[in-house]
Amino acid sequence: MSSPDGTAPPDRPDGTAAEEPRIEDLVHEDAGPTPRFGGLASEHAEHEAAAADAEVMTESGVEDAGTTTAPVTPTETGGKLELGPVGHLGDRLFGGLARGSGGLVVLIVAFVGIFLLALAIPALIDDKSNFLFSRIWEPGGDQPRFGIAALFYTTVISSIIAMLIAVPIAIGVALFVTYYAPKRLAAPVAHAVDLLAAVPSIIYGLWGILFFAPILRPVINGLSTALGWIPLFEKPPGDNVGVVFTASVVLAIMILPVVTAISREIFAQTPIAHREGALALGATRWEMIRLSVLPYGRSGVVSASMLGLGRALGETVAVLIILSVPNGNDPWNSSIFAGGETFASKIANNAAEFDSPEKTGAYIAAGLVLFVVTFLVNSAARIIVDRSAPGTKRPRRNRRAGAATEGASA
Amino acid sequence: MAKRIEVSGLNVYYGDFKAVEDVSMTVEPRSVTAFIGPSGCGKSTFLRTLNRMHEVIPGARVEGKVMLDQQDLYGAGIDPVAVRRVVGMVFQRPNPFPTMSIFDNVASGLKLNGVKDRKKLTEVVESSLKGANLWNEVKDRLDKPGAGLSGGQQQRLCIARAIAVEPEVILMDEPCSALDPISTLAIEDLIEKLKDRFTVVIVTHNMQQAARVSDQTAFFNLAATGKPGRLIEMAPTKQIFSNPAEKATEDYITGRFG
Repeated sequence: MSSPDGTAPPDRPDGTAAEEPRIEDLVHEDAGPTPRFGGLASEHAEHEAAAADAEVMTESGVEDAGTTTAPVTPTETGGKLELGPVGHLGDRLFGGLARGSGGLVVLIVAFVGIFLLALAIPALIDDKSNFLFSRIWEPGGDQPRFGIAALFYTTVISSIIAMLIAVPIAIGVALFVTYYAPKRLAAPVAHAVDLLAAVPSIIYGLWGILFFAPILRPVINGLSTALGWIPLFEKPPGDNVGVVFTASVVLAIMILPVVTAISREIFAQTPIAHREGALALGATRWEMIRLSVLPYGRSGVVSASMLGLGRALGETVAVLIILSVPNGNDPWNSSIFAGGETFASKIANNAAEFDSPEKTGAYIAAGLVLFVVTFLVNSAARIIVDRSAPGTKRPRRNRRAGAATEGASA
Repeated sequence: MAKRIEVSGLNVYYGDFKAVEDVSMTVEPRSVTAFIGPSGCGKSTFLRTLNRMHEVIPGARVEGKVMLDQQDLYGAGIDPVAVRRVVGMVFQRPNPFPTMSIFDNVASGLKLNGVKDRKKLTEVVESSLKGANLWNEVKDRLDKPGAGLSGGQQQRLCIARAIAVEPEVILMDEPCSALDPISTLAIEDLIEKLKDRFTVVIVTHNMQQAARVSDQTAFFNLAATGKPGRLIEMAPTKQIFSNPAEKATEDYITGRFG
């Protein structure tokens, strides 16, 4: 598409032949409003060939300018020019609105943080066990003991597994849609992936536990047989299907749309110059993608993954429905083939328990940790994106329209 | 290392639109052939058919023959990827791979060809950069990103990248139009040197440039917007600029239109 035969104005011989009739046509429908002539004049001013017609146009242009400038040039009075007052009402109004909206967002974030802190701190002070490293959860009562270690572990491990599953698939789908699929297939596939985002999470939860979990059981059995010697993959006895791994797979499906959509956008933006540079060296399509598309899109994919991770960390209803809550007497199990609770599912599961400020405070404290973790993930995404931004992402000046578009319009 | 290109009866289409009509020409090996003509006359489009880059654009197709020493580039069973390894290309705007170092940029074509031997890569990178008159400027910073060079250096880097794979032909699509006069001069010197080893075809808007660097000049024109571009005249450069056979050529090179 970089064929430069498109637009460069200086040496355009076709101008004479092609444009004269066009201008005449327009001049003939003389009744047209003056702004059209103004537009035309600037559009064609560079073409000497249209000199005769241009004269007509500049005349009307001058008239136009005359009428607008007349009232503002009180040359005869010699008095002070009217250059004030500063600021127009509409300008100030919208400026204020914009500033207000910006400030409001910051205020809301601040209030959420303050709310969480204010309710969590008293409960944290009363906590008799180590909040960060304890796995016990017995808030309320005279001796409240609660820690987030188990919740933190389950939340993070389920989200990371979800990301590990979703990101490669998302990159594949995004590349397929942008560089492999024929046009009439690309759009439906893209829409199908986008539709996944429209499914409510309660549906994912029900589908996950009732339909998908039994299907996943052979996979779980196979993985635990092969890798069971690693604690992470050790299968506890029993036929529990509401395990962390199942939740992870469902989470992967849930974050697939957002990761795909962002990756797709960034892949499609790879400058044609980079892609053609690779192709002209004799790169196959995959080599072209490896040489130009993936390096260009790397930061976008990282930020997309982090966004997906953030969503997986906070997902509540689907996880709540899928994960089976471990029996309080059983020893804690680090395996992804066991049940568990995430921050969000724990809080949602026990919303009925918010009967005393102490208990509520414990859950709020857990929520605060989730808030901080999500915040850190987003910040990390930003830092990574800033650092790995494509080196020469300069604005494309004088980008010329390709010969193809010219052909199409002609 | 240089081959003759023979084009016969070539029509180029974008979808239903015929962009170039009935071009036949012979490009001599170890010479510089310049394509001149007004914007939109199809000279860049035609250039891109010589290494099958044209068909990268959806809907684009070609009728006719392009023979590279007896082999039809559009024949059955010819892989466009293989064609592009034999017919290299340099673009209007320098396009080094932005995330790669200078070294990796030059080595990228070789790596695509499966060369892994570090010693061989180092040798070819050095000789290619020398061949592109860039070695002295970058030899101390081969591991720095290619995007950090000036525009003219980047363009010479792209030429080094193209010649590293030892192509038969090098196509240049207005290689100097984004460069300042000094960088342009450097590229022109380089083109002069390249023709000892390669067949060079260059599209240019700058008629002085065509006059300075080329042995043969082809003038393209189109009857009107929306009509296909055609090859009007092709002759030794001296003749085109002193005594063209066609009126249209004379009008164009004397600046009587455009």
